[in-house]
Amino acid sequence: MSELYDIVASSAFWIAVLRIATPLIFGTLGVLLCERAGVLNLGIEGIMVAGAFCGWLVVFQGADLWTGVFVAALAGALLGLVHAGLTVWLGLSQHVSGLGLTLLATSLASYAYRVSFPKVSTPPTIEPFAPLDGLSGLPLIGPALGAQTAMTVLALALVPVIAWILQRTPVGLAVRMAGENPSAVEAQGVSVLAVRTGAIMAGSALMGVAGAFLTLSAFNAFFFNMVNGRGWICVALVVFASWRPGKALLGALLFAAFDALQLRLQQSSGLLPVQLPYQLYLMLPYILSIVALVVMARRAAYPQALMKPYRKGER
Amino acid sequence: MRLEARSGTARTAQLVAPFVAVLFTLLVCALLVAWAGAPVGRTYALLFEGAFGSRFALSETLTRATPLILTGLAAAVAFRARFYNIGAEGQLYVGALAAVAVGAQGGALEALPPTLRFALMMLAGAAAGALLLAGPALLKVRFGVDEVVTTLLLNFIALLFVSMMLDGPMKDPLAMGWPQSAALDPELELSKLMARSRVHSGLVIACALALAMWIVERFTTFGFALRAVGANARAAAFAGLPVARTLLLGALISGALAGLAGVGEVAGRTSYLTLDMSPDYGYSGIVIAMLAGLNPLGVIVAAVFVASVLVGADSMSRSAGVPNYLADVIVATSLLAILVAGMFTRYRIRWNSR
Repeated sequence: MSELYDIVASSAFWIAVLRIATPLIFGTLGVLLCERAGVLNLGIEGIMVAGAFCGWLVVFQGADLWTGVFVAALAGALLGLVHAGLTVWLGLSQHVSGLGLTLLATSLASYAYRVSFPKVSTPPTIEPFAPLDGLSGLPLIGPALGAQTAMTVLALALVPVIAWILQRTPVGLAVRMAGENPSAVEAQGVSVLAVRTGAIMAGSALMGVAGAFLTLSAFNAFFFNMVNGRGWICVALVVFASWRPGKALLGALLFAAFDALQLRLQQSSGLLPVQLPYQLYLMLPYILSIVALVVMARRAAYPQALMKPYRKGER
Repeated sequence: MRLEARSGTARTAQLVAPFVAVLFTLLVCALLVAWAGAPVGRTYALLFEGAFGSRFALSETLTRATPLILTGLAAAVAFRARFYNIGAEGQLYVGALAAVAVGAQGGALEALPPTLRFALMMLAGAAAGALLLAGPALLKVRFGVDEVVTTLLLNFIALLFVSMMLDGPMKDPLAMGWPQSAALDPELELSKLMARSRVHSGLVIACALALAMWIVERFTTFGFALRAVGANARAAAFAGLPVARTLLLGALISGALAGLAGVGEVAGRTSYLTLDMSPDYGYSGIVIAMLAGLNPLGVIVAAVFVASVLVGADSMSRSAGVPNYLADVIVATSLLAILVAGMFTRYRIRWNSR
C-alpha cells in the first residue's frame, strides 16, 4: 500500500494527470455545449483528428503556436457547421450524421496528410508549447502546474468561463432553453436553429482545440490514430458530469488520475503479486467510462430536448 | 426556411436517391483528386478498373464484400429498431477469436467430426458477437444507458482482449513472437468459389443470410415488431408489442451477424487471426446499411459498392499516386450525401416563412 501512496504523492503523477486531462477538458466542454443546446455531437472523434492535423500543419508551415490553436478551432467550427446543417437545419439523425462526420474528418485529415507528405518515413516534427516554469513557484499545485503548457492553463480557465456563460448570461440561457424547451425560445422571438448552430460551432471549436493540444503540446508531430477514442470518452464524461462544467472538470481529472495510475502500475511490477498482461491496464479507462455511464445514467437529467430535431410549428 | 413533408413518396425517387448521392460524392472527391495533382478522369478510370477491370480485380472486390455484407446486415437490423450498434468492429474480432478457439489446429476439440466442428465454430463466432452486444443492449433496456457510447468503448476493450489472448494463451508458438493465433484446421476452411482467387463460399453464406433477414423483416411478426419499435417505440409499447424483448433479440441477431463476419474472414481468407485482420469493416458496415436504406437485400449491392471503392483505390493509388485514403473519403462523403438525399425524398424545402 505504501508504494501506491508513493505513486499518488509524487509530483510526476500529478504532472501526468493534468497532461492527460487537458484534451479531455476541452473535449468534454465542447460536447457539453452541444448537448446543452440539445444536439448530440458524435463528430468529436473526427473533429479532434482534424484539429490536431490543421493546427499542426500551419505551425509546421511557419505560423506561431497560437495561430495553430486558432486554426484548429476554426477547423472544428467549420465541421460543427456541417453537423449543424445536417442535424439542426435538415433534422437528420444526430447519431448517424455525427458518425459520418467523424469518418469524413478522419479520412480527410489522413488524405491531406498523405498528399502533403507523400514520402516520409518518420513524421515531421515542430517545436511544441514550452512548459510554464514560472508557475512552479506556486504553493502546493506549483510543481504539477509548472510542468504544463499554456494550453492546460487555458483549459482550466475555460471551465469557470463556460459555467458563467451558461448560467449567468442571456446567451447561456438561450442555449440551455434550446436544449430543454425549444418552443419557449421561439416564443421569445429567438431562432432555435440559430442558437443551436452557434452552440454546436462553439463546442466543435473546443473539440478542435482538444485535438490541437495533442500535436502542439503533448507531442510534436501528427500520427494516425493519435486521438484513439479520447473523443468517445468525452461523450461518456458529459453524462458522468450531469452536463455541468464543474463536474466535467472533476470527471476529466478523475479519469486522468486512473489513467495515470494504470500507467504507473504497469511500470512498477512489485505492487501486485502477479504480473498482469499490459492490455488489462489499457482496458481499465474504457471499462471505467462504461461503469461511470451506468452509475450515472440512472439519475441522469438529460437535457429534455436532446436528440429531438426542432421543426417550427411541429410538436 | 422550413421543411414540409411530401404527401407521398415516389418509389422511383427512393431508388434514384442513392445514385444521386454517389454521383455527388464523386464530384466532390474529384476536387480532392485534382488537389493531389492527378488527372481526375484517369484516376476514376483506374479506380473502376482496379475494382472490376479484370477477373482478378472482380474476385478481390467480391472477397472484400463478403465481411462487409455481414457487418452491413448487422448495422441494418439494429438500426431498423433504432438500436445504434456501433460495435460491429469489436464483435467481428471476438467472433473470429471464438472461431479460432474452436477450430485451431491442435485444439481440444480436434477429435470431433469435421462437420460438427464446423457447425460449432460458426455457432461459437455468432454467439461471441451476440454476447458482446448483449451487455450494451441490456444496459439500454434496463437502465437507459445510451448504446452508442457503450458499444464504441467496447470496441477498444474487445480489441485489447483479443490482443491479450494473441499475446498469451492463444498465441501460436511457431509464429516467431508475432501476436498471431494458430492456423485453423484445413478441414474447417471455407471452400473457394473460383479457382486461382480468394473468393470463398462465405460470400454465398452472407448473401443467404441477407435474403433470410429480408424475409424475417418482411414476413414475420418479429420483423413487424422490429420495424414498429424503430418507427415509434412508445406507440409500439402502447399497441402491446414487447419493446424490450424485440430490442434485445434484434441486438443479439446484430451481434451474431458481426461475429459471423469475423468467422468468415478467418475461415475463408486468412486461416489465422491477427490484430490487423479487419481494416474497419465494422465501421464501414454502418455506411453500407445507410446506403442500402437498411434494406437487407440492398446491403449486398451497397457492400459490393464500398468494397469496389476500397479495392479500386488500393490499385489506383499504386499507379496514379493518389493516397488510398481517398476511398475512406468517398465512403464517408457518400454516407452524408445519402442521408441528405434520403431526406429530400420525404421532405421539400419551403423558403418563405409564414
